[in-house]
Formats: sequence, C-alpha cells, structure tokens
Amino acid sequence: MLEDIGNLFHGFAVVAQPFNLVLMVVGIVLGVIVGVLPGLGGANGVAILLPLTFSMSPTSAIIMLSCIYWGALFGGAITSILFNIPGEPWSVATTFDGYPMAQQGRAGEALTAAFTSSFVGALFAVIMITLVAPLVASFALRFGPPEIFSVYFLAFCSFVGLSKEPPFKTVASMMLGFGLGTVGLDQVTGQLRLTFGQPELLNGFDFLIAVIGLFGIGEILLTMEEGLSFRGTAAKINLKVVLQTWKELPRYWLLSLRSCLIGCWMGISPAGATPASFMSYGIAKRISKNGHKFGTGQIEGVVAPETAAHAAGTSALLPMISLGVPGSPTAAVLLGGLLIWGLQPGPLLFTEQKDFVWGLIASMYMGNIVGLLIVLTCVPLFAAILRIPFSVIAPVIMVFCAIGAYTVHNNAFDIVMMLVFGVAGYVMKKCNYPLAPMVLAIVLGDKAEESFRQSLLASQGGFSVFWSNGLVSTIMTLGLIALFWPLIQSGWARFRSGKLRPAQ
Amino acid sequence: MSDQVQETGGAGPSHRNVEIGVTLVIMLIALIGIYGSIKVGFGWGAEGPQAGFFPFYVSVIVIISSVVNLVNVVAADDGSVFAEWGQLRQVGAVVLPTAIYVLAIPYLGIYVSSALLIAAFMIWFGRYGVAMAAAVAVTVPILTFFMFEIWFLVPLPKGPLENFLGY
Repeated sequence: MLEDIGNLFHGFAVVAQPFNLVLMVVGIVLGVIVGVLPGLGGANGVAILLPLTFSMSPTSAIIMLSCIYWGALFGGAITSILFNIPGEPWSVATTFDGYPMAQQGRAGEALTAAFTSSFVGALFAVIMITLVAPLVASFALRFGPPEIFSVYFLAFCSFVGLSKEPPFKTVASMMLGFGLGTVGLDQVTGQLRLTFGQPELLNGFDFLIAVIGLFGIGEILLTMEEGLSFRGTAAKINLKVVLQTWKELPRYWLLSLRSCLIGCWMGISPAGATPASFMSYGIAKRISKNGHKFGTGQIEGVVAPETAAHAAGTSALLPMISLGVPGSPTAAVLLGGLLIWGLQPGPLLFTEQKDFVWGLIASMYMGNIVGLLIVLTCVPLFAAILRIPFSVIAPVIMVFCAIGAYTVHNNAFDIVMMLVFGVAGYVMKKCNYPLAPMVLAIVLGDKAEESFRQSLLASQGGFSVFWSNGLVSTIMTLGLIALFWPLIQSGWARFRSGKLRPAQ
Repeated sequence: MSDQVQETGGAGPSHRNVEIGVTLVIMLIALIGIYGSIKVGFGWGAEGPQAGFFPFYVSVIVIISSVVNLVNVVAADDGSVFAEWGQLRQVGAVVLPTAIYVLAIPYLGIYVSSALLIAAFMIWFGRYGVAMAAAVAVTVPILTFFMFEIWFLVPLPKGPLENFLGY
C-alpha cells in the first residue's frame, strides 16, 4: 500500500513534466472536440488520433490518449444540454433534464452541474482504481489458462445479460466478431486459416479499422439519414453561476455517491457507461422527492447520469490495466495502443512497467482537474464548433477516419475495409445489433481462443477444467448466470405474477 | 450490403425485409467460416485443438443464433419501414463519393483526394459557392499535412502532386 502511494507520487512527477502537461491539454481539447462532433466519439476518436502517438514514449502516448478520452466524456454533455443532441450514447440521459434547463435560460447552471458531477464521478473511480487495481493485478498474476479464459467468458456473458438489445442478436454480433478475429495466422499452430488465398487477409481484420468504420463512418451515415439540423441555445458560463451552482451541489451528496457506485459497478463489467447513466437517472427519479418533476429541468436529473457515466467510463480502465480485459470499446482501443507501443497488457504491467501504469493513473487525476478547468472556461468555443454546417464537418470527419484507418498498418486496403465496416455498422445499428461486443470480440478473440485451447490441451479435451477449482468455478458460474440473466429475469417475473394472481 | 427490397405501398424498404437480408448475410459469412475451418481441420490434432476448432464452433453459434433471429423477425412484423427512400438517397449520396475517394487514394495520394472530397461534398451537398468550397478544401489537407508529416512524423500516402513538390 505505502509502496503504491510512493509509485503514485512518482507518476505525478512523470505527468508534471512540461511536455506531458502540454500533451494533456492538447489531448483534452481534441477530446472535447471529438465528443462534440457528431459521428466521432470516444472509441473512434481515440482510434483516429492513435497514429499521432507512434513517435512518442508509451507513457506520453497513454497520457495524451487517455486525456482525449476524458475530453470526449466531458464533450458529450455540452451537446446534450445546449443542443438536445447527445454527442455520445451515455449522455442521452443528460438531455432529459439538461436541455429543459437550457431552454429556461439555466444553461450555465446545467453545464456547471454536469461538468462538476462528471469530475466527481471520475475522481471517485480513479481513487477506486488506485486502491483496487494493484491488488487485482497481483492476484491475477497467479491465473492459469482456465482462469484467464473464465474472465473473458464472464466479460462476454455480461454483454448478453446486460445489453438492452435482443440476446440472440448480441450473441450473433459477438460471435461474428470472434470469427473475424480468427482470420489470418493461427497463434498456436502457426497455420494460415480462413484467408482463402487472399494476401490482404493474411494479417486478419484489425479491430481499429473496425472501430473507425463501425462507429465513425456508420455514425455519419446515421446522421445523414436523419438530416440533422442544429438549433442550439446560447451558452454563457460566468464565475458567479459556477460558484452558485457549486454552493448548491453538496446538497446532493447522497445522490452523487449512489451514482458513483452504480457507475463503478457498471463500468467494471463491460456493460459500460450508457446503461450506467440510464440506471442512475432512473433510480434517482424513483428515490428523489422531486422525482415527479424529473424531465422538466431538475438539476438532480443532470447530476445523476453524468456522475454515473463518468464513473463508469473511468472504471472501465480498471480491468484493462489490471487484467488486460477492456471494459468498453474505448478501453479496447487504448489496449490496442499498448500493443502497438510494444507493451503487453495484463497484470505484469504493474511489475514490469511501473512508470507507465502509475503515469497513467496519475494522469487520470490531473487530466480530470485540467479537463474541468478547460471545459468550464471554453464552453462557448466548443459550442461554436456545432454551428459549422454538417456538409462541411462530414467530409472532414471522413478524411480523418481514412487517415486513421490508413496509419494503423500503412495499408491503403484498410481504408476500403473501413468503408465496408461503416456500411455494415449503419445497417446493423438500424437492425438493433449491438456493435460494442463485436469490437471487443475482435480484439480479445485470439487471447480468449489461446487460453481456451491451452486449457483444453491441459485437460485432454475435458470441459471439467473450467470447474476444476473454487476460483475458476466461481467466475464461470457467474458468467453463466450473466448469460442466462434475461431468462432468469423473465422466469422470476412469471413466478412472481403466478404467485400473486391467486391472492388478488 | 444494400438490401433495398422493394415493398409495395411503403415509402421505403420494409424493416422486416432488410432485417431478413442482414440475417442471411450474417449466416452466409458464418457458412464461409465453417467451410474455411473444415479446410484447415476443426478436430483434435497432435497439438490439441486444431486451427479450425475455434472458428468452427464460433460459426456454428452464429448460425444457431441467426436462425432464432430469423424466426423472431418473420414472426413479429410491425410493418415499419427501414428508412424512407429519400433518406436512403441521402445515405447513398455520402457512401458513393466516399467509395470513389477511398479508391482514388492509392493513385492521387490522400491530400489531393481529400481536397476533392471536401470540395465535392460542400458544393454538391451544402450548396456552397466554389470559392468557399475551394478555401476549405485546400486548408484542411494543408493543416493535416503539417499536423501528421511535420509535427507528429506520421507519413501518409502521397501521389503525383506531392512527388512534384518534392515530398
């Protein structure tokens, strides 16, 4: 514990170097822009800007990329409150009360509340990461192949159980991702598979291309279809409004704490920030004595989803750095970054790359403080970006997506793949197929497969290896519960209604 | 992947038909996966599970869940449209120029093609004047050039123009 605190201070020293501070500010500004622009979000924003970091040291690179992520989380709130357009899926719940507040001329109050509660949520999650991540990592060092596979199993099963899309569509999308991930060289036998003699397929499908296509291009096509027009409220934040709101906010400490806990819990399991924000809003609505007024511009309706979304978005990095299992698509992109910089994600990072891990954790603290200051002072500037017509923004975003796709492997064929993924993403999203599990499956496919095959090899093909000791059985059983959660839930509801009916 | 099935009476392809199309395409991909896995062997080899083992079972799960999805779609037809034809035309108006852009990059380099894409988009879609479109179309690639090639040292595909200028 004491050693960790020493490491953390060492991390702060790394982050406080002038070059890294500049990168931090650049990252946050880019991140807010990415969060504000339609069609760009945390995941594809980080993926597109990843090539900018190729010539940096891994520590500087992760500082910049994670700051882009914080910026994107902040940016989503600006568009939801001022324009009633959620820049990110997790800020949908923020529009419910944020936009009415802006219409009543309380935009400054709503924005201050949103940014401050984002900050509180993120801070809570970072403290949790600081305390828990080293323990999880040292614990995970003892994991063998069956345990590692069981963690993947749990992560993917939670998608099925927790996502709001139909379970079989989630399974289809996820397994398609695993399938795409297997194309190319087989890591275990060194054999080529599913390439059908096409040289372009030798390296398989890179998930960064998939992220840029599915989320970036797909999102632009959706926006195009809706024929978006921006009608925003003017944004003014002055110090007086900020201080006034800050004086009011401590009253909602219990709400904040509850939202933080919901966010952290949802963030660690790969369900992510979006359901966390809805859940937190829903629970706040039910518990608050102003609950019936929610939707008309209640400040609590802004605090609850923003706190939870940021706590979830931040804690999604906990499994990424301690286990090598990302909790969200954006965390997956950061994980992809680690591989490109030549680091092996997983529990070993904590012992072998201390500078990197603690630099990252320190940058989470600093980045969120710097981010809060930047967004509070520069809101009008960022809101102005949204007033640029879409017919100018759309081709520019396309260009940046193409650059991002090309630079992953310096391969022009990848740009073609990006467009294919973009159209596929548009159609799949319209048909209610979730895209996040597919992306995570492409990233983790070969690792999950490797641990699966190693476990089976050790057991000579017996599946009992996944229930061979207390730890692995517990994780696998939790996974199965998550997998069948929709069935359990509907069964329970039927059981209850069946029991209640005779009494009525 | 354009499954624009004509539907009588509606103002666009029906959601049901598109969804059936999507499910069939996914099943087709899974069938290709099964075929490929069988080719490399999906059983138990000298080194444990063979290379095709994992993709084979993954593809089988895709097929099973797609069958369920297909049954659900066919059973529940709410008669809604996927998107109106006008909306699809909007989407097509983005996909088509982008496809041309993507194919032009290896020949023209990314900077020139980007300038053309932005200009075409602004004039055709945003109804901007040529001067305004040209200004944006030239500025963005130049800024991109400085950001990637000069500041962050990331080389991007270049074409005849960049060669002529000596890069």
